[in-house]
Amino acid sequence: MEPTRTTMRRRGLLTAAGGAALGAAGAGAAATFGRDEGPGTETAPETTVPFHGPHQAGIATPAQDRAVLLALDMHETVDADRLAAVMRLLSDDAARLTGGVPALADADAELAAEPARLTVTFGFGLDLLDRLGLAGALPEGARPVPAFGTDRLEERWSGGDLLIQVCGDGDLAVSHAVRMLVKDSRSFATVRWTQRGFLQRPTGGGTARNIMGQIDGTGNPVPGEPAFDSAVWIGEDAGPFAGGTMMVVRRIRTDLDQWDRLDPVGKGRVIGRRLSDGAPLTGETEDDPVDLEAREANGLPVIPASAHVRRAAEAGAVMLRRSYNYDDGPREDGSPDTGLVFVAFQADVEQFNTVQAHLDEADLLNTYAVAVGSAVFAVPPGCGEGGWIGRTFLEQY
Amino acid sequence: MNDTMSNALSRAAAAAALSLGLLAACADGGEAEKNEDDTARAAAAESVTVVDAWAVATEEGMTAVFGVLENGADTEARIVEAASDLSRVELHEVAESDGDMVMQEVEEGFAVPAGGEHELHPGGDHLMLMELAEPLVAGDRIAMTLVFEDGSELVFDAVAKDFAGGDEEYEPHGDHDAHDM
Repeated sequence: MEPTRTTMRRRGLLTAAGGAALGAAGAGAAATFGRDEGPGTETAPETTVPFHGPHQAGIATPAQDRAVLLALDMHETVDADRLAAVMRLLSDDAARLTGGVPALADADAELAAEPARLTVTFGFGLDLLDRLGLAGALPEGARPVPAFGTDRLEERWSGGDLLIQVCGDGDLAVSHAVRMLVKDSRSFATVRWTQRGFLQRPTGGGTARNIMGQIDGTGNPVPGEPAFDSAVWIGEDAGPFAGGTMMVVRRIRTDLDQWDRLDPVGKGRVIGRRLSDGAPLTGETEDDPVDLEAREANGLPVIPASAHVRRAAEAGAVMLRRSYNYDDGPREDGSPDTGLVFVAFQADVEQFNTVQAHLDEADLLNTYAVAVGSAVFAVPPGCGEGGWIGRTFLEQY
Repeated sequence: MNDTMSNALSRAAAAAALSLGLLAACADGGEAEKNEDDTARAAAAESVTVVDAWAVATEEGMTAVFGVLENGADTEARIVEAASDLSRVELHEVAESDGDMVMQEVEEGFAVPAGGEHELHPGGDHLMLMELAEPLVAGDRIAMTLVFEDGSELVFDAVAKDFAGGDEEYEPHGDHDAHDM
C-alpha cells in the first residue's frame, strides 16, 4: 500500500498548540517552527484566498467561477459541544484546503494542491440556534424571510441548520473540498440540499451575465468602501456575530422558454436595463444612475412602473448580491431547468425583505423568475490562526 | 519509510545506544530506562513536536493514531512507549506477511532522526490503541503520551476523524489469525 505521505508543508492547526507549548522549551523547537510556514507562502498569491481574518472569506471575495452550497441538518442528538467539535474539524479542513494543503486524514491529498481561489463559508440556521438554546447569541438582524405571495417554495430547497458555501475557480478543487467537508460532518448531519452554481466572468473584467442574459450585479456595494461595511457586516457591538453577516439563499427558477418570447426591447423593459450592455434605459453605460423620473414624449416613464430595477431601487435598501447560475436541464421534454442560486449578504435580513416585498408586490420579472427555495443563515465572523468558525457563539454562550 | 532507511536508522540507533550504554534497554523490547548519566543533555521530549495528529474515529475495539514527529535536536530521538487514558497503546508498523500487508508491534520503537521527522500514517507506522474503553467520536480529542528512550515524556492531543482508509490486517506476534483493523 502506498503511504499517503505528503510533501507539502503541514500546519498543525488543531494539534500544534499542545505540542508547541510543550516543545517550545526545547532548543530545537524554534528551528522546527521556522520550517512550518503558512500555506500561502508557497503558492502563487492569486490562487489562494486567506481563510483567516476578521470576516469569513467567500463574501467580500470577488466571485469565483463555481459554487456549491450545502445545507446540512444536524442530528437531533447534536448539542452545542458537539457542534463546536464539528466546527473545529470543518474549520481545520477549510483552513488547510483553501491554503492548498490536504486536510487531516485526506484520502485524496493530491487534489488539495491546486486550491484555485477556494473559499469555504459557514452559516447557521436560526432554528438550529434556537434548538441549542443559543438564540440569545443571534444579532438583531437575524430574522426569517417570510413566504412571499409569488414564491413557490419547495421544502427540498429550503431551510437548513448548517450552510457550507464552497467557491472556487476549479471544479476539482471545489468537489474535493465538498467531499472532505461532508466526510467530516456526515456522522452528525444529513444533507438537506445541495445547490451548484456557475458564473462566467467576462474576459475583460466587469459584471457577469446571468443565465437570462442580463448583466447581473450592477450597483453592488464595493468591498473596502464604508457603504459596504455598513450594508454587509454586522456591527461591532452586536455580540458574537459582530463582523459576521446575514445570508439569504434563494433558489430562483427561470422560465427561459417564456423569456425567449420577448424581443430585446421587451426584455429591456422588464429589467429596466438594456440586455446588450446593462445600461439603464435612461443611460449610456452600465454604471450610469437609474433615472426613475425620466419620461417618454408621450409622458410614460422610460423605465416602466413595474420594471425590476425601478421596483428594487424604490425599496431603497442595499445588499451584497453574490449569485450564481444553475442549469440542471434540459428536462426529458427538452424544456430548460435553469435559474439562479441567488445569494445575498446583509447586516440585517430586513434589507433583503424590504426589497423582496417590493418586488413581490409588482415586478415584471416575476413572470419569468420564481423563488422555489429560501433559507436564512447567520454567518459568524472569521477566525484567526488556530481558531474556528462558530467559536464566538459556541464557546461564550 | 523503506527498509533500507529503517535498517540504517536502526544501525545508527544501535550505535548511539551503545555509546550511551543503553543497549540493554533496547534489547529487552523497548522498555525505557532512565539514563542517570545523561542529565546534561536536553530531554528528547523537549526537542520533539507532534504536528497534524489525528486518530481514526471508531465505535469500539482498536484504533490508530497518526501524525508527524519532528525532531529539532541534533541527536536522534527514539520513542519506546506510548500511552493514553483510553486504552493500552502499542507502537505498530505495517509489514508484508505472506503477500498481505499486516500490522504488528515494533520492538525497537520509532526513531525520529536528528533534525528530521518520522511520519505516522495510514499504511505505515502508527500508534495503536488496543482496547478502547468507550467509542471515539469524530471531533473528540484524545491526550496521548509518548515515552522516549531517555525516559522523558511528551503529551499531545490527537483529534478523531472519520476515515475509511488504511485497511490493513492486524497480526499480533505469534498469532496468525489476523483481525480486521
